[in-house]
Amino acid sequence: MLKSLHISPDKCTGCLQCELACSYENEGVFNPAKSRIKVFTFHQEGRFVPYTCTQCDEAWCMQACPVDAIVVNTATGSKDVLADVCVGCKVCTIACPFGTVNYSQDTGKVIKCDLCGGNPQCVEACPTAAITYVDADATGLDRMRAWAGKTDNAATARA
Amino acid sequence: MHHVIIGAGPAGVVAAEHLRKLDANCRISLIGDEPEPPYSRMALPYLLIDKIDEAGTYLRKSDGHYDRIGVEVRNDLVVSVSTSDRQLMLGGGGKVDYDKLLIATGARPTKPPIAGTDLAGVHSCWTLADARQIAEHTKPGAKVILMGAGFIGCIILEALASRGVELTVIEMEDRMVPRMMNHSSAGLIKSWCERKGVSVLTSMRVAAIQQDTGAHPLSVQLEGGASHPADLVICATGVAPNTELLQGTGITIDQGVLVNEHLQTSDANVFAAGDVAQGKDFSTGEYSVQAIQPTAVEHGRVAATNMASGHDMVHAGCINMNVLDTMGLVSASFGAWEGVANGESAELNDPGNYRYLNLQFEDDVLVGANSLGLTQHVGVLRGLIQSRFHLGHWKDKLLNNPTQIMEAYMAAAQGIGKA
Ligand SMILES: Cc1cc2nc3c(=O)[nH]c(=O)nc-3n(C[C@H](O)[C@H](O)[C@H](O)COP(=O)(O)OP(=O)(O)OC[C@H]3O[C@@H](n4cnc5c(N)ncnc54)[C@H](O)[C@@H]3O)c2cc1C
Repeated sequence: MLKSLHISPDKCTGCLQCELACSYENEGVFNPAKSRIKVFTFHQEGRFVPYTCTQCDEAWCMQACPVDAIVVNTATGSKDVLADVCVGCKVCTIACPFGTVNYSQDTGKVIKCDLCGGNPQCVEACPTAAITYVDADATGLDRMRAWAGKTDNAATARA
Repeated sequence: MHHVIIGAGPAGVVAAEHLRKLDANCRISLIGDEPEPPYSRMALPYLLIDKIDEAGTYLRKSDGHYDRIGVEVRNDLVVSVSTSDRQLMLGGGGKVDYDKLLIATGARPTKPPIAGTDLAGVHSCWTLADARQIAEHTKPGAKVILMGAGFIGCIILEALASRGVELTVIEMEDRMVPRMMNHSSAGLIKSWCERKGVSVLTSMRVAAIQQDTGAHPLSVQLEGGASHPADLVICATGVAPNTELLQGTGITIDQGVLVNEHLQTSDANVFAAGDVAQGKDFSTGEYSVQAIQPTAVEHGRVAATNMASGHDMVHAGCINMNVLDTMGLVSASFGAWEGVANGESAELNDPGNYRYLNLQFEDDVLVGANSLGLTQHVGVLRGLIQSRFHLGHWKDKLLNNPTQIMEAYMAAAQGIGKA
């Protein structure tokens, strides 16, 4: 059974441990600016909302890639960037309607959440279980995707 | 069922793969006239800066990919099509019968109507063969003139500049990327390039290119009388769709091969996708040639779905979008970035830091955007445009501070702070 990140914004306190853990695991530095998960603050509503890639089925990023540099990790279901193949053209960063693929000017490549290969460090670091890694059963995954918001599929399918 | 695809670029390859996904048993032929394995034109600039080798431009990287998914790749030129016999004539003399046909022949570069564009030393940058020529003639210090600062011109600009040549860009319109960025942001791109040592002449036309017997083999004459010596001239002044093979078929051709919401041409068995196709634009509802990679891929997928038996997909249209890196300055455009009648706009203009963001609204819906100097979460601009979310009071927040696009998206998608 594939697992997916499950985010409960109501439990998030805005401590940013997830961002620190993510940047350390993936970039080797404690620097929220390099994190693949990002906590957004809604001051007026007093809410914090962690946000990252949902590993969506449409995989807009993967489809748009002109050089086959984004692939499905069959073990976790994540869409992973192959850094040695990525040319840094950034087309995936405008194709992803969730805004979760970002270009790094330091490396000249794009970065996105890869679920840390199946052991997501944001989950480990979260002190309030606002981010959990759970079985991607229909409810969990659907809720996750509903949470990330509908992206009106560019085309409407009728089977 | 024999599906035949003409053109082995991104549109053709994605269509072939998608057809296979939908139908395990059909026969799929992919016919392309370029000698290399299917590759991506978009990757050419990265070949020119030696970030990748030629194999790095290939659309698919695993050995035997096409064999494995049962797609017959054939290297030949399709000369003509007979829709009544459902048959193609090949340059090599053969014929191929089809049940369903996809035209994915892309576009080719055009040259401006001036003297001298056929001289040796004047090149387009469109194919792997072009890239090899350019690499050979752009030794450090060479004088290079780039004609055209549209999207493709600007994409190559960076690659040329980083090869250490002395670069002059000549654009006839009043700004760089005039069909992608507004005046303010395009002005920043120009000043950035100039600061990096590239000379940029806008509102300037080339009158002729001549041979020269001096230290440099070419001389580029500008309107108004000035002339520039050059070792190499690169022409990026526009492209035209490859539609010749459809002559005599009666298939409707306007700016490109006209397709309906099913990516179907005026002949029910013939579809078109990518740079050759004039398809629906999500923002305007009109039919136009977008000539960008994301559209080629989306067209390929939708066309394949409608070619496969038992499937039907209505296409809502592609959002025109571009992302450009001019020597480290990243800019992007989405949808109706020029705005719509009676619309409103929000702008952040920080020229000192080369940061710019312009949002265009119709009522409380985002319909277009230009961004410059932003690399984080830009895709959400597409998300907001495509989902047509009503932003409610978040629109006012964006009018105040357009950088809060992620928050606005999440608020709309998750109902946070709904008034
Ligand atoms: C240097 C460069 C940089 C670019 N950068 C970007 C970018 O950053 N972002 C972006 O969105 N787009 C970019 N583009 C544009 C992008 O590459 C095209 O939109 C894309 O290639 C279109 O794909 P396609 O499959 O429709 O056509 P193509 O890639 O042109 O493929 C069509 C194929 O069909 C073949 N063909 C044509 N006629 C025949 C025939 N009669 N018989 C057999 N074969 C035939 C052609 O030779 C070609 O191989 C760039 C283009 C260039 C040249």
